[in-house]
Amino acid sequence: MQIPSYFTASMLALSLVATPALAQQITGAGATFPAPVYAKWGEAAKAATGLELNYQAIGSGAGQTQIFNRTVDFGASDAPVDSAKLKSANLLQFPAVMGALSAIVNIPGVEIDQLKLSGEIITEMYLGKITKWNDPKIVELNKGVTLPNLAIAPVYRADGSGTTYVWTSYLSTVSPEWKSQVGSGTSVKWVAGNGAKGNDGVAATVRQVKGAIGYVENAYAIQNKLTTTQLRNKAGNFVKPSLASFAAAAENADWKNAPDYAINLIDTQGANSWPIVSATFILLPKDPKDTVRSANVMKFFDWAYKNGADIAKSLEYIALPTAVQDAVRASWKAEIKG
Amino acid sequence: MSQTANPPRRRGSIGDMIFQALATGAGILVLVLLGAIIVSLLIGGLPAFRQFGVGFLTGADWDPVKQVFGSVVPIYGTIITSILALVMAVPIAFGIAFWLTELAPNWLQRPVGIAVELLAAVPSIIYGMWGFFVIVPVMAEYVQPFVIDLLGDAPGIGFLFQGPPFGTGIFTAALILGVMIIPFIAATMRDVFQTVPPVFKESAYGLGCTTWEVMRAIVIPYTRISVMGGIMLGLGRALGETMAVTFVIGNTNRISGSIFGPGNTIASLIALEFPESEAGSLKLASLMALGFMLFVISFIVLAISRMLLRTGART
Repeated sequence: MQIPSYFTASMLALSLVATPALAQQITGAGATFPAPVYAKWGEAAKAATGLELNYQAIGSGAGQTQIFNRTVDFGASDAPVDSAKLKSANLLQFPAVMGALSAIVNIPGVEIDQLKLSGEIITEMYLGKITKWNDPKIVELNKGVTLPNLAIAPVYRADGSGTTYVWTSYLSTVSPEWKSQVGSGTSVKWVAGNGAKGNDGVAATVRQVKGAIGYVENAYAIQNKLTTTQLRNKAGNFVKPSLASFAAAAENADWKNAPDYAINLIDTQGANSWPIVSATFILLPKDPKDTVRSANVMKFFDWAYKNGADIAKSLEYIALPTAVQDAVRASWKAEIKG
Repeated sequence: MSQTANPPRRRGSIGDMIFQALATGAGILVLVLLGAIIVSLLIGGLPAFRQFGVGFLTGADWDPVKQVFGSVVPIYGTIITSILALVMAVPIAFGIAFWLTELAPNWLQRPVGIAVELLAAVPSIIYGMWGFFVIVPVMAEYVQPFVIDLLGDAPGIGFLFQGPPFGTGIFTAALILGVMIIPFIAATMRDVFQTVPPVFKESAYGLGCTTWEVMRAIVIPYTRISVMGGIMLGLGRALGETMAVTFVIGNTNRISGSIFGPGNTIASLIALEFPESEAGSLKLASLMALGFMLFVISFIVLAISRMLLRTGART
């Protein structure tokens, strides 16, 4: 009798310890673009609320697949999923946080945020039409900067990625030619240049190849002290990549008329708006298998909306405007069964 | 293949029967696995084959936005990098094996032999990083500008050496692959060179042959088949290599005439595009179909090598 009773006692103790911890766990998978901020939010939320986020940055496409199959509590995607697909999969889509992309260059003698570029010029570089850094079109925008007779080497993400989706959306917005010839997507048919794997691959390639231009998430550019550039926005002003210019872009967005929150933050109005800003999205089943876990996902993002702005800022991401947060909370209440 | 008659089976030895069943099962399992992989790749890739038909094999487009997929560029890249890698690796591997078996002093043979085997055990990601951070800058700074200046305008062959010096590209990928497969080929060659009966070589030396003449007239003819097998082993690894190639090939879906131009291989394209392919999409089917093509290419390479060996054995 002694051994079994000891055994049951220990089992009981184990289940007492294990059950609450398990109930507080939520799982998510998908987008790589917001992965750093989700990781930090996860740590902070665990300390504050006991919710334990297990997020796997496996890529937006794979994240969509996982939530369609309901193998995770929520999916995450950089590109908004279209309404028909959301409907057939019975998912609610809402934005989590916003971020920005920067163009990075490697030209001897050119410093951080010194070079001025426009979307049209970048498009022509990636179409292989402007091939030298001392092209008259670039020189015209950069009086006072000595630009060498150096071949332009465009670099892009070779792996499918949300970053590429945002970048090609920007090029499609500013150039009808790019839109018809290449288009936008997580991977596209590139016309010129070389591909590298991941943000770090693009950054390393740009660093190694003189004359290279590439694109990375701004957080990545700041952390690695890459040579970012100024860009001309829709208002015609040259702006530097900064939290102020990102926030300006977010404020000028038309959130009310975006179905399923599929907001377009590319090349928005406003004198100080940074042109390449994007929201990243969460996909949550409307008919969750496990209502407790689903409620915990909402609890987590509610916490993140309220308390996560500073963390987002420290990583160069931008929190959602308060009005949008409230709208999302209303959607949770109305549409998620719980 | 010679048929050996089964030895007469003794009745009642259950242990023997169980062992035979297990061994047969293990043998059949390999066949079943192979068949299952081919079939599942084919079924997965069927939507792509159905959509594009022969166009999947002849199309040079890989356009996820317009949903047009063709496999010419990755197939070209796979074959050209592997062949270039063999061209670089085989002479060096032969040199290593020749030196180890015929020329090296006894006390050096073992350490160098072990070093070669250790090289074979280095994970491919290490070769990839080494290639990207060490070889690519050297290629971009020195080798490519020099060669492009020297030969870029040469009549006839100039187009092979043109383009901006990125450092990455077909040639760099082939170079890394070459280094990766040298130890495989060298180790095989050394092992088979050692199987030549000493009496053959001694007879040749007795007739006054030089070391090189012994190698050419005795060792190579004697070991030809196994040497070929070692080379095919290296080629097989080069065809399927993923990580190291992804780092240094430049990853573009265009065929460029220049050997310094960027390209793509089947394995690296699959690795890069897989995470952003939704279940049920045409892109995923096309990636599966590409996997099937890689299988077919490997099979053809193996078949050709077998054929070469058979004709070699007959003469």
